[in-house]
Amino acid sequence: MEFLTVHSPALVVAVPLLAAFITPLISRIGNKFRDTVNVTFLSFAAFLMAVLAVDIYTSGTRIYTFGATVPELAIPEHYMVPVRIIFQVDGISIFMGLTTTVVALAALVYSLQFVKDETGQDRFYSLFMILYVGMVGLEFTGDMFNMFVFLEILSIAGAGLASYRVNLADAVEGGFKYIVISAISALLVLFAIGILYGEYNLLSIAALAHNMQFTTLDMIALALLGIAFVMKLAGVPLHMWAPDTYAVAPAGITPMIYTSSAASMYALYRITFTLYGGHFDTTAIGWIVIILGVLSMFIGVMMAIHQTDIKRLMAYHAISQSGYMLLGVGVGLAVLTDPVALAAYGRDAMNGGIFHIINNALYKGMLFLTAEAIFFRIGTRDLNRMGGLGHNMKWTTIFFIIGALAISGIPPFNGFASKLLIYESVFRFNPLLSVIAMFVSLVTLASFTKVFYSAFTGPEMSAYKEVREVPKSMLIGMGVMAAAIIFFSIFPGLVVNTIVAPATNALIDQASYINGVMGAVP
Amino acid sequence: MMPYIPYNIPFVAVALLMGVSLFIILFKRNLIKIIMGIAIMGAAVNLFVVALGYRAGGVAPIYTSTPEGAMVLPVPQALILTSIVIAVSVIALMLTMVIHTYRHTGDIDAKKSRLLKG
Amino acid sequence: MLSKIVRTISDQLILFILIYGLYIIIHGHVTPGGGFQGGAVIASGVVMMIVAFGSGEIKKSLRERHLSVVESSGALIFIGMAFAGMGTLFFYNFLVGTPVFGGIPPTGPNPGDVWTGGVIPLMNFGVGLKVSAGLSAVILAMALFSRGEETEE
Repeated sequence: MEFLTVHSPALVVAVPLLAAFITPLISRIGNKFRDTVNVTFLSFAAFLMAVLAVDIYTSGTRIYTFGATVPELAIPEHYMVPVRIIFQVDGISIFMGLTTTVVALAALVYSLQFVKDETGQDRFYSLFMILYVGMVGLEFTGDMFNMFVFLEILSIAGAGLASYRVNLADAVEGGFKYIVISAISALLVLFAIGILYGEYNLLSIAALAHNMQFTTLDMIALALLGIAFVMKLAGVPLHMWAPDTYAVAPAGITPMIYTSSAASMYALYRITFTLYGGHFDTTAIGWIVIILGVLSMFIGVMMAIHQTDIKRLMAYHAISQSGYMLLGVGVGLAVLTDPVALAAYGRDAMNGGIFHIINNALYKGMLFLTAEAIFFRIGTRDLNRMGGLGHNMKWTTIFFIIGALAISGIPPFNGFASKLLIYESVFRFNPLLSVIAMFVSLVTLASFTKVFYSAFTGPEMSAYKEVREVPKSMLIGMGVMAAAIIFFSIFPGLVVNTIVAPATNALIDQASYINGVMGAVP
Repeated sequence: MMPYIPYNIPFVAVALLMGVSLFIILFKRNLIKIIMGIAIMGAAVNLFVVALGYRAGGVAPIYTSTPEGAMVLPVPQALILTSIVIAVSVIALMLTMVIHTYRHTGDIDAKKSRLLKG
Repeated sequence: MLSKIVRTISDQLILFILIYGLYIIIHGHVTPGGGFQGGAVIASGVVMMIVAFGSGEIKKSLRERHLSVVESSGALIFIGMAFAGMGTLFFYNFLVGTPVFGGIPPTGPNPGDVWTGGVIPLMNFGVGLKVSAGLSAVILAMALFSRGEETEE
């Protein structure tokens, strides 16, 4: 156990990577065996993530230096700066890691039956694991260059999986859009890293933050990083790829790609708060994030209303929900330099925004899964051709209702808890923003009511008389997420106090992140 | 001021390549050309980072054959090597997707192959 | 398929290309080069064979399924080395000072001692396997695609 605790930051990434590499070899033995091995490895990674989480919540930030003699030795003797590859896991990193893991487990179990009849399953599982590795690595890494590497890893795996069903022409196109956007954004990140490296001769985030001067070049780098990550997280006005990619990706992958854009959001927060925070007046940047958030919220939901493709509709809602997260954390960023306002409502706004990330990953992920369950059975995503599915697909209907109520912010579901935090705190910052947020929530409810009526209610349609409930593994996948949603709905206070508040603290408390690595250097 | 000119030439090239690539990505409709644009952009960024590591009169950073004197910085070169490896796989993936698109639609024009709209 | 002259010369050249690629992989830790570069050289040899003989001919002797196995083994060697260092830390270079690749090169100009670097030459070898098999598979698949054939699976 001691061994696992010490090595958990590395093992969480290494174990799924090992699974990805042995999958093509062990699939010779049999598909069933391969599926079992993959689920086992991912479950083990989830267990390690839990061990790591417990450790971090009890004893603070963890540093893992690859290839050193002790994990905390980020700066070897006779050196003034960190030279090795490090993972630095603090409250927000582990929060994102837990989110990713829950979604990945549910998505993997769901996919077991879903890809059963497809070709190239080995590649599917390999890429799935690599996508997971990319996300966790992006969330854990302590230096800028590995942020770029993991961003590319998750992009390549995500694009490969998005166009997994190459027999569908639109799947290839959706994947192509995703990889083009990802490649451009990753190159912008690399360009910014080059600027920072040329200026400071450093790559470690903590060391860079320690030495940050905020010159003109730094501003250019910040702008490049900001554009790149907003592109990746599908914030309006750089959201055009998201509906296409989310709509065509296989079930199980859509929630994963959606979570990977949440990981990009984490990277954006890490850069604005940890790398640049404390060296300049963050109000302007905060307002930019807020405006991006409000635009995403409003335009996303407005575009969603008239969609007839169920997954595109949900994809636009996903963009709209990202707006809430940007809004909440943006308010925190805007008042970061003002301790009174930060204590009064900034912290709550950030709690709301960060809590919304995990809530949204759960219910949005589950809604995508239900949409694909319908597609799996009736072969269309067109809402106009659906109807009366509630008669035969009872469990799917129930899961859809839970997800729809949660996303619309209806009490007592978890969406309500995080949205309430955002409304209350944002209202004290600027009432207008809060009103817009509530309005968007109402429109979301209306939109999902429409989906519910056209897909699940009504008389049984003759074409769908033979439709059966989806197989067990798909139900289990959705059930895992539904159980998590219900747990979060019953104990929102507990969740906010144990996992969300440390995440917020980790973002605000820049000094402790820097000291974690640079502590030994005077 | 003469000695400064040679140092700036790589950065001028970076700016030119970046401009060309952005133009291609934004205004060309042929999918293969878009991929070329991304490859050129990658080349620009790689050139930028490698040029940053240059030291006047430096030699290649090979441990076993360096005479006395300055080495150019090895770290940017290592980074760019990684970036090149990644670029290879990204471009291979994109080309595969274009091949599939062509087989589905018989066309690689971005305007015509928009199946997904709105 | 190209003319007989091209095919004969390719047949002779492929050996040298493979040896050159292996050289780059094995000397990766003392000279410029390494797993990726050597693997790319080997894959370029495969490209030459595909151009000379046509993808249909190459497909008979170079199965995508086998390439995938080689690729995975390369990756496993790499990550296995990282796991083997777990006695201390992940990616710890546990071979330094041991008789296997454990030497420490003398400072200053010297012809280069291959028997150094600890796990790095072994990792280079794994990467070389992975890259050569992976790139060959990609190129072979693309060549088959552009002829309108499906790959096996």
